[in-house]
Amino acid sequence: MNNESIIFYILSAVLLVSGVLAVTGRRILRAAVFLLFALSSIAALYFLLGFFFLAAVQIIVYIGGIVVLIIFSILLTHHIEHRLKKPSLNKMLMSALGTMVGAGACLLTIWNHPFPEASNVEPITTMDNIGTKMLGFGEGGYVLPFELISVLLLTAMIAVIVIAKRKENLPS
Amino acid sequence: MDYSYTIWIPLLPLITFVLIGLLGGKVKPIVSGITGVLSLTVSACLSIFTAYRYFLVDGAVDGVFQKIIASNHTWLRFTDTLYIDMGVLLDPISVMMLVVITFISLMVHVYSLGYMKGETGFSRFYSVLSLFSFSMLGLVLASNIFQMYMFWELVGVSSYLLIGYYYTKPSAVAASKKAFIVTRFADLGFLVGILILSFQTGTFDFSIITSAEGLATLGNVTSSFIGLSAITWATLLIFIGGAGKSAMFPLHVWLPDAMEGPTPVSALIHAATMVVAGVYLVARLFPVFSLVVPGSLTVVAWVGGFSSLFAAIIACTQIDIKRVLAYSTMSQIGYMMLALGVSGYLIEDSLGFTASMFHLFTHAFFKALLFLGAGAIIHAVHSNVMTEMGGLRKSLPITHITFLVACLAIAGIPPFSGFFSKDEILVAAFEANKILFAIEWLVAGLTAFYMFRLYFSVFWGKNRNYEHEPHEAPLSMTLPLIILAAGAFGAGFIPFSHFVTSTGETFTSHIHWNIAIPSIAVALIGIFVAAWLYKSENDRASSLAASLGILYKSAYNKFYIDEIYLFMTRQVIFKYISEPIAWFDRHIVDGTVNLVGSFVNFVSERIKGFQSGQVQQYAFYFMAGVITLTIVFVYFYSN
Amino acid sequence: MIEAIPLTHWLTLSTLLFFIGVYGFLTRSNLITILISIELILNAVNINLLAFNKYLYPEALEGHFFSLFVIAVAASEAAVAVAIFINLYRNINTVEVEEVNKMKY
Repeated sequence: MNNESIIFYILSAVLLVSGVLAVTGRRILRAAVFLLFALSSIAALYFLLGFFFLAAVQIIVYIGGIVVLIIFSILLTHHIEHRLKKPSLNKMLMSALGTMVGAGACLLTIWNHPFPEASNVEPITTMDNIGTKMLGFGEGGYVLPFELISVLLLTAMIAVIVIAKRKENLPS
Repeated sequence: MDYSYTIWIPLLPLITFVLIGLLGGKVKPIVSGITGVLSLTVSACLSIFTAYRYFLVDGAVDGVFQKIIASNHTWLRFTDTLYIDMGVLLDPISVMMLVVITFISLMVHVYSLGYMKGETGFSRFYSVLSLFSFSMLGLVLASNIFQMYMFWELVGVSSYLLIGYYYTKPSAVAASKKAFIVTRFADLGFLVGILILSFQTGTFDFSIITSAEGLATLGNVTSSFIGLSAITWATLLIFIGGAGKSAMFPLHVWLPDAMEGPTPVSALIHAATMVVAGVYLVARLFPVFSLVVPGSLTVVAWVGGFSSLFAAIIACTQIDIKRVLAYSTMSQIGYMMLALGVSGYLIEDSLGFTASMFHLFTHAFFKALLFLGAGAIIHAVHSNVMTEMGGLRKSLPITHITFLVACLAIAGIPPFSGFFSKDEILVAAFEANKILFAIEWLVAGLTAFYMFRLYFSVFWGKNRNYEHEPHEAPLSMTLPLIILAAGAFGAGFIPFSHFVTSTGETFTSHIHWNIAIPSIAVALIGIFVAAWLYKSENDRASSLAASLGILYKSAYNKFYIDEIYLFMTRQVIFKYISEPIAWFDRHIVDGTVNLVGSFVNFVSERIKGFQSGQVQQYAFYFMAGVITLTIVFVYFYSN
Repeated sequence: MIEAIPLTHWLTLSTLLFFIGVYGFLTRSNLITILISIELILNAVNINLLAFNKYLYPEALEGHFFSLFVIAVAASEAAVAVAIFINLYRNINTVEVEEVNKMKY
């Protein structure tokens, strides 16, 4: 039981608890805040794994972008005191059963599967490596998906503007 | 000898039909009428010209009239051996029929200008009349049996349309349906007969079937069915078709009801032309009947003889003048059939054939005249029932004289036309079969009786109180009456045996006074009895009817043939055959289909909830499916 | 050291997080909370990818890049989704998923 393990289990506990609260809480703004906690702990886990760049991206995009976006949309569409209505018992039971079966099946598989863990080698997640790979067009280069993502983001941006724009002929 | 122009004789009415049918609603009714009359006039002139050329100029080669194929086009070619032609066949009977049809049709067209004036559907009347003329001309000119069948059905359709002319009247609709169904039923026999005959000879063509080789082929046919040879069946079935069209017993039930149509239609279709199509058909195939299966001719003779007696008895009791004439028509067609039936093919004993055609010819004139005269009477008094009439000879002088001429003609009083043709028939019958002769002799008396019963009841007797004073018909109606009266008077002087014979050779026939005198005598007796009973107001007729009792009553009710048919169809066929079939259809067949339908419906009802529009439910099903598939493939199908 | 934590535990963590997200997706009726659930699911997948990358193929960067792209796609998806919610709210004055069934017809 070393330090990494302790940090991992603490972070896992925070992640799972805040995840559960994010999907079950009756106050929608709190749900968003628990999402924030969950995402933060995931960022911390990325640090723990040694993916520093990705952890930074997680913080910037998820915590700084998406969560803020969600909170904005909550504020735009709900009263601050709004309570989410409780799902019906039937729905809860069915969903819980389904997820339990699914989770059970997955966990059983994972635990029974021998993973050939590699011996530790030096981490290659340096910014240098990432940049070269990301824009590389040789073997193992990711320039094409990178360009695709940029087009996707542009498309999404235009789509968002078109969808969210107030139409003149509609009643406000 | 170029007769190719004859194709225009039927085509002109067809064009008129299309023109009036398409444009009749857009012009004044009288324009349609005039168009019809003009086109028929041209057709009639062409026909008479053709008859003149054929009979008097160049139809005969060495004294034998030839069959001329004036034009022939292959219409439907299925294979090299199976094809259907459309052609024009000229021979003595078809040329004679041409004249009859176009002439009577022209008279009826002119007459209808006055009779149908102001009726709704005037244009429709003329267009269908043209269609009928076309069909009938096509029928008589048909060069092959299949073409004849087609036009045969077309005249049936025109007849249906014209009987149902007053289609707002339920009785007219019922009558038109009855006529169509009964004749159609008979035509089934005709069609099967055609198929048998054509199968055996390998052709539809009349001139091949009736040629020496064709007859020899038919004579060699050995296949048989229920004891009768195939050709006997074919001729009998074809005769059933002819009997249906010609209202022979027991397929006559449609003809009296067909009087629901306008009177000119009755004159044209149900007296002069269409109903003799059956006679024409037998005459057309006469060599087959006569030379190959003489037995079937005996059937023709007896059916004709019985029908003529049967119809004559009924005619004596009817009070609707058109129905009297309808039964009289049936009776006279019976004469023609009988004459065909007793005739032989060879020129020595073919008097019956000539007599039949002769009677067809003269009958067309006097019967059309009778109907048109009846139309004029109905036009004047607005009633069909003769007990409501009387004393009309003063107010309707022209109708009276022409009607009298027609009555004398049909009664067979010399020198009117009916005498000559009927005399020939009686001679032919006398030579062939004494019993048939006796029947026909009796029918001659009955004919005279019922015609003069009609005549005296309408024109003599007490003057009734009419709603308004009866007045003579307009010139457009009286002119055809006068022309037809001239025809009814003079047609008998045509030496028919010089023109129309079974083989095309000619002979000279004489009046046989030993037969003629008894027939004149019996006719005169009939007339005197009628005069005694009906000329002046008395109760002799009703007391005679009462004394005859059940005989009179059953004749008045047409011997209950309609009721028997209704019983047979409703109580026997419908109840024991149709209804079980209908039950089977409704419960078993429909039930199966409905079961499939309701099963699908049931399942749909059950599973339609899946398509709820709720995204989360879809997600749930999706998730459940993914998990199931995962489990299945990871734990059960993994290898 | 990181090797003290077995890979199985990372995978268990990501599995649990994934099914927590699924549970939320199935039970929540508010579109925004459904979006939150989706984010959880995507993050669970990211953890999974990175754990494999780290433990099984440490000399490669494929898991890393996949996660990166997933984050980018998730960002655009979230942006579009929020735009749709706002438009929806403007039109039918609600963001409850039960109400949004007009496409059924």
